[in-house]
Amino acid sequence: MKYMLLMSTTKEGFEWYAKWPKEDLQKNIAFMREINKQLKDEGVLVQTEGLSWFDQAVMVHAGKNGEPITDGVFPEAKEFLAGFWIIDVENAEEAYKVAARVSLAPAPVGTPTTMPVEVRQVMGRAPEEFQ
Amino acid sequence: MIVTQTETYIEHLLRDLTPQVLGTVVRKCRDFAAAEDAMQEASLAAATQWPREGLPDNPRAWLTQVAFRRMTDHIRRESSRRRYETAVTEMRSEWEEPPDVESLEHEDDTLVLLFMCCHPALTTSSAIALTLRAVGGLTTAEIAHAFLVPESTMAQRISRAKQTIQNSGIRFQLPTSDEQSQRLSTVLYVLYLIFNEGYTASAGAELRRSDLSQEAIRLTRIVRRLQPNSTEAAGLLALMLLTDARRLARTSRDGDLIPLDHQDRSLWDQKQIAEGVALISETLPKGSVGPYQLQAAIAAIHDEASRAEDTDWPQILALYELLKRVSDNPMVKLNHAIAAAMVHGARKGLELLDALESDGRLAQHHRLHAVRAHLLELEGDAKSAVRHYRIAAAKTASLPERNYLLTQAARLSGEE
Repeated sequence: MKYMLLMSTTKEGFEWYAKWPKEDLQKNIAFMREINKQLKDEGVLVQTEGLSWFDQAVMVHAGKNGEPITDGVFPEAKEFLAGFWIIDVENAEEAYKVAARVSLAPAPVGTPTTMPVEVRQVMGRAPEEFQ
Repeated sequence: MIVTQTETYIEHLLRDLTPQVLGTVVRKCRDFAAAEDAMQEASLAAATQWPREGLPDNPRAWLTQVAFRRMTDHIRRESSRRRYETAVTEMRSEWEEPPDVESLEHEDDTLVLLFMCCHPALTTSSAIALTLRAVGGLTTAEIAHAFLVPESTMAQRISRAKQTIQNSGIRFQLPTSDEQSQRLSTVLYVLYLIFNEGYTASAGAELRRSDLSQEAIRLTRIVRRLQPNSTEAAGLLALMLLTDARRLARTSRDGDLIPLDHQDRSLWDQKQIAEGVALISETLPKGSVGPYQLQAAIAAIHDEASRAEDTDWPQILALYELLKRVSDNPMVKLNHAIAAAMVHGARKGLELLDALESDGRLAQHHRLHAVRAHLLELEGDAKSAVRHYRIAAAKTASLPERNYLLTQAARLSGEE
């Protein structure tokens, strides 16, 4: 079954990350690279992507002729998606285990040592039972 | 046209020969992972050369020879010189005397391979992938496509599965007769999952080489041939045939789910139903009735009703009573409640559902709510039915099913 692991953070979170000391930043980048490699080697990774900076986010709605009307970031938005993984594992418990591993991404000393990861099941094409 | 037919013939031949030849190579070389790679290369070579140059006189011998040759190349390439020399010394006799392919017990080898690929040391997803490749002869790309994951991910999954088998030191031999029935049930379960994956994924009449339901049926036919005394292997094959017979009626052109009582029964595959009914009818009297046989018997009763209202629900209810005794699956209890409602009225079904609430495995399951909604609707309590349709919609992990449940809720609340 496929699950999506979502890593979201606030504007403050993005801005804080941008100011991490070089060593902490490098540790974090190396961690992400390594975990992606591990998930691929384990045969569970379907896709992973990081998204552009939060201030690049654009809200779009259709104008009266269906043309795109763009708007900047909504000031009331609390969180922005920073990146995601889609994994294919046996069950929810296995997905949680992967999420917990991702959650261990290192941060500067003295800050929270785990990062929250939202886990959502990707909808399947048809129900499992066939009777 | 002729070319296409030849290619189809070659494709079928290759897939029938794959487990037999692979079995021979593993038996001789004892390196499952390398043998499996060599086998894929040999199959690929055959698939390109045979249509062009014509079939060899003895296709099995041809494949075996090429696979053995690729094994040598593989060892030469992958191993240190020292390991190569050791291996070659050990295996020299095999090279110098090409295997007497006709005298080997190919059929037994296929069975051993199945037991190996469905080994309890593997996770079910690994067992499924390995079975499809090593026994089914599908390519990694085809398996990846069927499960909608990247080919590189599927390649890793298969390679890790092979490594697990290699590391666990499993010998290439039939399990002892004590172990066999337990191991056979794992094999049947893996085939059941492959079928289910294909059946639930399919929409419409599209048939591909990697159609998982067809592949599961093909492999289950092989198991049944190799284990003619297993009534559960026969039961599983009958269940697959009787379920797959309804495939075309099960979804609309747009992929919407159509429940059994609304299906256009003229779309059901009567030939497949006849085969399934004959198979389950000859199997049931043999005794040792297991869950697959009972599910097949239930599917047969559904399939034999030419209209939904002709369904013999009392007999289905009786079969679910039996199934409840041999299977601990909570879905069985749920289906039993539906059958009871069809025989004794919605109230009886709802009472049984109340009792099921206490089963922790079901309390959070969308189907409990979907069934409750359906029975409440039958009883005339539209308001509660809508509520439960919506709870079920929020809990299901299937998109077509969520669409179906939300539509039911919308239809009923519109009628209020």
